[in-house]
Amino acid sequence: MRTTTSTRTAVLALAGTLVLGACSVGQSGGEGGGDQNATASGNEGGGDTGGDTGGGTGDISIWYSNNPEEIAWAKEVIQAWNDDHADEQVSAQEIPAGDSSEEVIRAAITAGNAPCLIYNTSPAAVPSFEKQQGLVAMSAFDDGQSFIEDRMGDLASQYTSADGDYYQIPWKSNPVMLLYNKDLFEQAGLDPEDPPLGTYDEFLDTAKKVVEGSDATAAIYPSPSAEFFQPWFDFYPWFAAESGGDQLVQDGTVLADDPDALAVGDVWATIYADGLAPKEAAQADAFADGTSAMNSAGPWAVSVYGDVNWGVVPPPTSTGTAPEDVYTFSDAKSVGLYTACDNRQTAWEFTKFSMSEENDRLLLETTGQMPLRTGVTDLYADYFEANPQYAPFADQLERVVEVPVVPNSIEVWQTFRDAWSSSVIFGEQEVEPAFTDAASEMSDLIAEG
Amino acid sequence: MSATDTSPAESGTHHSLGRRVFGKHPIGYLFAGPYVLFWLALFAYPLYLAVYMSFRDWFFAAPGAVVERPFIGLQNYAEVIADPAVRRAALNVGIFILINVPLTVVVAMVLAAALNRALPLRTFFRAAYYVPYVTASVAMIAVWLFLFSNTGLVNEVLGPLAPEPSWLINQAWAMPMIALFATWKQLGFYVLLYLAAMQSISETLYEAAEVDGATTLRKFWSVTVPGVRSSTTLVVVLATITGANFFTEPYLLTGGGGPNGASVSPVLLMYRAGIEQGDAGWAAALGVLLAIIVMAVSGFSQFVLEDRE
Repeated sequence: MRTTTSTRTAVLALAGTLVLGACSVGQSGGEGGGDQNATASGNEGGGDTGGDTGGGTGDISIWYSNNPEEIAWAKEVIQAWNDDHADEQVSAQEIPAGDSSEEVIRAAITAGNAPCLIYNTSPAAVPSFEKQQGLVAMSAFDDGQSFIEDRMGDLASQYTSADGDYYQIPWKSNPVMLLYNKDLFEQAGLDPEDPPLGTYDEFLDTAKKVVEGSDATAAIYPSPSAEFFQPWFDFYPWFAAESGGDQLVQDGTVLADDPDALAVGDVWATIYADGLAPKEAAQADAFADGTSAMNSAGPWAVSVYGDVNWGVVPPPTSTGTAPEDVYTFSDAKSVGLYTACDNRQTAWEFTKFSMSEENDRLLLETTGQMPLRTGVTDLYADYFEANPQYAPFADQLERVVEVPVVPNSIEVWQTFRDAWSSSVIFGEQEVEPAFTDAASEMSDLIAEG
Repeated sequence: MSATDTSPAESGTHHSLGRRVFGKHPIGYLFAGPYVLFWLALFAYPLYLAVYMSFRDWFFAAPGAVVERPFIGLQNYAEVIADPAVRRAALNVGIFILINVPLTVVVAMVLAAALNRALPLRTFFRAAYYVPYVTASVAMIAVWLFLFSNTGLVNEVLGPLAPEPSWLINQAWAMPMIALFATWKQLGFYVLLYLAAMQSISETLYEAAEVDGATTLRKFWSVTVPGVRSSTTLVVVLATITGANFFTEPYLLTGGGGPNGASVSPVLLMYRAGIEQGDAGWAAALGVLLAIIVMAVSGFSQFVLEDRE
């Protein structure tokens, strides 16, 4: 009986081991460290590094964002391509649902089922996708670097990765501007056509007047929640403006504790301390329902806030920089070419096709979002003449700042957000020591690579 | 006799290899097989992988990618333990369990006892308590935001007595609010467990107690409570496990563990590190530690509560 039981146990253990072993083969990634040399599990073209642009031509798949305007744009562009490329058909779908696009893309890279192109790749996520070896270096194509730099001009340098390559092609931008509700401003006795919002002092004074003198309960209502990307809509546009166009990490130096960052932190700390911005997340769009008199937003606001009588100005600075010199956050999205793609040459050709002057015009006309290329205001002057509400955003496009493309980018932003929460929003720390500690920690994270 | 039984005359004195390996009823393996495979694939393997990852500088990579994920010993564990956010999250789990577990046991037991009696609208109440449990957390959180936000109904009623800052952005109140929310949301399930247990208590015990002159309260204390002891053990263990794994509440109710980390949870930190930031080794180490602690606490609860007679 004991022998029989032992034999059974041995058989079950063997079966379990075989199952675990079989599962292990499907595990993603090979080990440079040596003990589990996983195989590419049947993905198209998986297994090479991001620098390899090899791969032929043929059918490809792409993912795009799920808002109706972008879907309409994508369908039209794909139809035009497919009509002329019988042997290189493009199939497309919306990015699968998830808490964020980045999570879905990261999972797809890991599983080896990412599409060839994703038209909603966040520049902040590019370093981690690169680390996963999920992205192909676009600049490794013969005309890759020249295409990007011709399209972008000087702005292109903000999108280079640590190794000097481009792992993304910046596609579109939503320059973040300061929107204000003209009706609420007028109700508070402020000039709705030329409100005093140029300097921090003017902003604070205006904010107090509008909260005291109008139906708005908040002057401005950015999300106070703790997600890593929230600084892009409160801190970063103001920092870009105050610093005259610096990225948060400039030439390898973290600027979270420099005087410009501290000035932004101090003014926002005053905004929260004076009750001009709520510390609790809004349950609806506070600008749309009139709870808040101001909002940070890009050109998407034109269609979203159709029922609000709004005006727009650039973010304020401590000294009141002339509007035509003010920088802001670009809120850009890039196109990424993923290593799971087999037909990379087709993917590259389609990328260029989708970013042609004509298709960029289509993007502008269909979505109201700005193609991230130089000379937009001249190229599409007729559009902005017919749609003047988009013109301030297009003018701003020449002065936008991207998030830094640095290692551990998301953790770097989370570190900054935690410091912002504790000092600026909840006032549990002074701004300067909080930002100084954060800057030190952020530098360490970047150095870790 | 099963189809696999053979007579001694047929098999001789030695069992066949098949019988020695698979026993008298090999078809049992066939029945158990699918679940064993399910368990191995979805529980054993992920657990093994989590432990494996926790000892490495691990991140998820594309299939076939040649990447360095070296063995780093206990470094991830050391970093997890040294992290102030983890310590805060551990404290929050403690607060959560201290509020949630006793409250769940007491309220669920009392409600179950009430619903076990011939009350008017009993079926309605039984269903009503269960509704939050079967409703998506996101929807329930919207209700709580409506009630407990700064401009919510509760503050409107309380007026100047409302806490400042408001419930969900108050350092002292954020965690108790999350614990109360979870208690309320899960209550229906635990009421159901107790109800089932109470219906299996013999009526003769209550009759005997009545003959002895026991009051309603005395019957509850001396008959009902001991009668559902095994269910209480189950409720405590399940509530502890649920409590240690809370995620949706800080993620949605308090804006990502706010205010300023006051309601952050271990699972929220694992999500941030492993999913958002790609530091899967660190997240796995925290997950393994959490699993060990939860098992220890659950085992201790079971040891204390179970009826060893």
